Amino acid sequence: MDKKIDRMALVERLEAKMGPGADVFEDNTHKSIRVSRVKLLETMRELKDNPLYEMDILMNLSSVDYPENLTVIYHLNSLRYQHHLTVKVEVSKDNPRIPSVSSIWKAAQAQEREVFDLMGIIFDGHPYLRRILLPDDFVGHPLRKDFHCS
Amino acid sequence: MIRTEEMKLNFGPHHPSTHGVYRAVFTLEGEYITHCVNHLGYLHRGIEKLAESKTYNQFIPYNGRLDYVSGMMNEAAYVQAVEELMGISDQIPERAQYIRVIMSELQRIASHLVFYASMALDMAGSTPWFYGFRDRDRILDLFEMAAGNRMMPNYMRIGGVAADLNEEFLPTLRKLLDDMPKCIEEYNGILTGNEIFQARTIGVAPLSGEKALNYGMSGPSARASGIDYDLRRDEPYGIYDRFKFNVPVTQNGDTFDRYLVRLLEIEESVRILEQAYRDLSEGPVMAKVPKVIKPPAGEIFYRIEHSKGHFGFHIVSDGSNKPYRLRIYSPCFVNVAPFEEMAVGLHMQDAIATFASLDIILGEIDR
Amino acid sequence: MDIFIVWVEIFRHWLTVATGIPILAEIIVKAALTLGVIIFVLLNLIVLVWLERKLSAFFQMRRGPNRLGPAGFFQFPVDIVKMLGKEDIVPANADRPVFLIASICAFLTAIMAWAVIPLGRGLILEDLSIGIFYFIAIGSTGTIAFIMAGFSSNNKYALLGGMRAAAQMISYEIPMVFSLLGVIMITGSLTLSKIVEGQKSIWFIIPQILAFLCYFISSIAETNRGPFDMTEGEQELVGGYFLEYSGIRYALFMVAEYTHLVAVSAIAALVFLGGWNAPFGLTFIPGFIWMMLKIYFMIFLFMWVRWTFPRIRIDHLMHFGWKVLIPVSLINIVLTGIGIFVFRAITG
Repeated sequence: MDKKIDRMALVERLEAKMGPGADVFEDNTHKSIRVSRVKLLETMRELKDNPLYEMDILMNLSSVDYPENLTVIYHLNSLRYQHHLTVKVEVSKDNPRIPSVSSIWKAAQAQEREVFDLMGIIFDGHPYLRRILLPDDFVGHPLRKDFHCS
Repeated sequence: MIRTEEMKLNFGPHHPSTHGVYRAVFTLEGEYITHCVNHLGYLHRGIEKLAESKTYNQFIPYNGRLDYVSGMMNEAAYVQAVEELMGISDQIPERAQYIRVIMSELQRIASHLVFYASMALDMAGSTPWFYGFRDRDRILDLFEMAAGNRMMPNYMRIGGVAADLNEEFLPTLRKLLDDMPKCIEEYNGILTGNEIFQARTIGVAPLSGEKALNYGMSGPSARASGIDYDLRRDEPYGIYDRFKFNVPVTQNGDTFDRYLVRLLEIEESVRILEQAYRDLSEGPVMAKVPKVIKPPAGEIFYRIEHSKGHFGFHIVSDGSNKPYRLRIYSPCFVNVAPFEEMAVGLHMQDAIATFASLDIILGEIDR
Repeated sequence: MDIFIVWVEIFRHWLTVATGIPILAEIIVKAALTLGVIIFVLLNLIVLVWLERKLSAFFQMRRGPNRLGPAGFFQFPVDIVKMLGKEDIVPANADRPVFLIASICAFLTAIMAWAVIPLGRGLILEDLSIGIFYFIAIGSTGTIAFIMAGFSSNNKYALLGGMRAAAQMISYEIPMVFSLLGVIMITGSLTLSKIVEGQKSIWFIIPQILAFLCYFISSIAETNRGPFDMTEGEQELVGGYFLEYSGIRYALFMVAEYTHLVAVSAIAALVFLGGWNAPFGLTFIPGFIWMMLKIYFMIFLFMWVRWTFPRIRIDHLMHFGWKVLIPVSLINIVLTGIGIFVFRAITG
């Protein structure tokens, strides 16, 4: 179903644009690109504003609790080219902080709140980072694997 | 000194027109809204967490509880996502594919009828409500024939559908399809052309296409703002590439357009149903799938064009029989976000009409 | 229908003879008559509520009540019994005395209008020389009850409902009065029975069609019925000014609304539809029956409108009242004046 975007070329171009430290690399097993969290904001802005990609829709902002780290996953979509891109950012479990992309896509605002609520990842620069689905006095983040219901 | 005080008004969660348990806090000046804050989560059941302890098949019934007025489509999205993840999406029998399309489109009509009815009711037009629910009930009767259940059908299976259609299903569907054009005329007659309705909706709370994109809106609410994007046509899933239909798009993005797009979509769904009815062939309805569903390790983000927008599943599999992580991408959750911005400056009555026009189902927002 | 009047006369005569004090007899007769009118109005209510339920069911392809009595006719009396059995809840922070009086006020003002409404020739409690004026004056005091209820409930929704009620009823009073003025100009009298007598040859709906439309629309707003039911506003105000009321006090508001509805329908029938005058020379049917038929025709119109239209927005309502209805009713007055002048010039 998804129209393929040339991830190889994209990664090369991004690498050149962002300079060292961006740590953009292709992840072929998961059909995605990985970005380091330091350069996340710039990369995302580039992906949105560059007429070559024009990723103007942030579809899904999801997060997974892997045994070694937390991963935030952005599913981007372009209305003009109708191609998809999955961007993954790894966050350490000890200090789960990541820059917020809500200044680029407003769609991120509610979804980042949800990820914060359920997974406990703190989005720096989010205008209103509070629990959204759970009550304010809830303890813990239920989607973490170490959270046990019952 | 004369001054007016602002008033904080708690709109919901137990308010007749919050479509469930949505809550907003309005700051009112007179009856005009100067500030609005969304509060969600009153229906949160932790379905995403629950999914991690259920096998792939066990999770199917939970889909009906997400967007409880379009259960069939949720299930279709889920089973197709799992099939895609397993790589068996090309083995689904023809008849099962057609049945899925028939069910999805029927469900789309039913969901839009609920929208039509509740939108009318939110403007105190209680008579249109009955027109909408009269025909929705006929669709639910069809579901009952096929699945034995009306609202939470639990009909789709990984690899096909649960059971073949029984012999009275198709004649009943035929009758419904024959009646639909007349019914749509009735809907338009009683509400669309009404002067009061138009005065209350045209030009109210316009949302530009740019903003709709930025908020990630999808589905009819976005198409009303001129965003010509329909997954059924642009990225056809299942067998949607075999059908001919138009994607209604309007440009103003006001409450009336959001209403109109959905009514026009009912007509298009009827067209798809006509074609599916014509092409439906005999055959098996279930592919050969293993008893225990164990998708290979990997992940997928699979979307379908749901009645509310793009409804998707992000499933991460670790190779076991339970999903490692299952994230539900809910269109309502995305579509309700701009309401905070749209409501500002509106009269309270308009805010309610606007909220209704976004077509929110809380079961899906809160999950 | 003279039989009623004959009975009353016999009763009064008998009382005067029995008590020997004419004034006491007069008081007792008046009290009995008043009671009679109230009972008549309340009986009407049973029919009305049943009719509304059945009509709305008809418009909405439903069956409506069908369990109690023939075609569910006894549903409303049973509902009233249920209401009586409910707890009378007064919110903790409500303004208690005002809260308690408000519902009674609403009912009283609605029922007081019936003092001047004739149901047939001579079938009237008090044929005041300022009948219409009295009706309008009493009708507008009903607003106060709504504000009282909205204000004393200590609820934001109720307060908004009360405010809307005040704004709406005051603005729609004016076109209502103006639309009645044309008729008063023609007959030269404020007495309702004289106005009816003036319609022997032609009903005023024909020369005063503009006024009739204005009256019809503004009286919908006056009675707070859909599509002008801003004060209740089920969908946005959750019930409006009587949100906090329960049990019999809530029922009193409902009763007041329906009583008011019958009253404005009766005025419309009297002023525009010829009152108890029979149309097409069908005089063998008594005037009282004609009157009731006309009232119920008006009520049917009100219900038809209510169950067809969605609710209008409050600022549209205000615009419509001030910018359309008032100018139209003023134009009607001017036209009526010219008409009367021309008519006099022709007939001499």
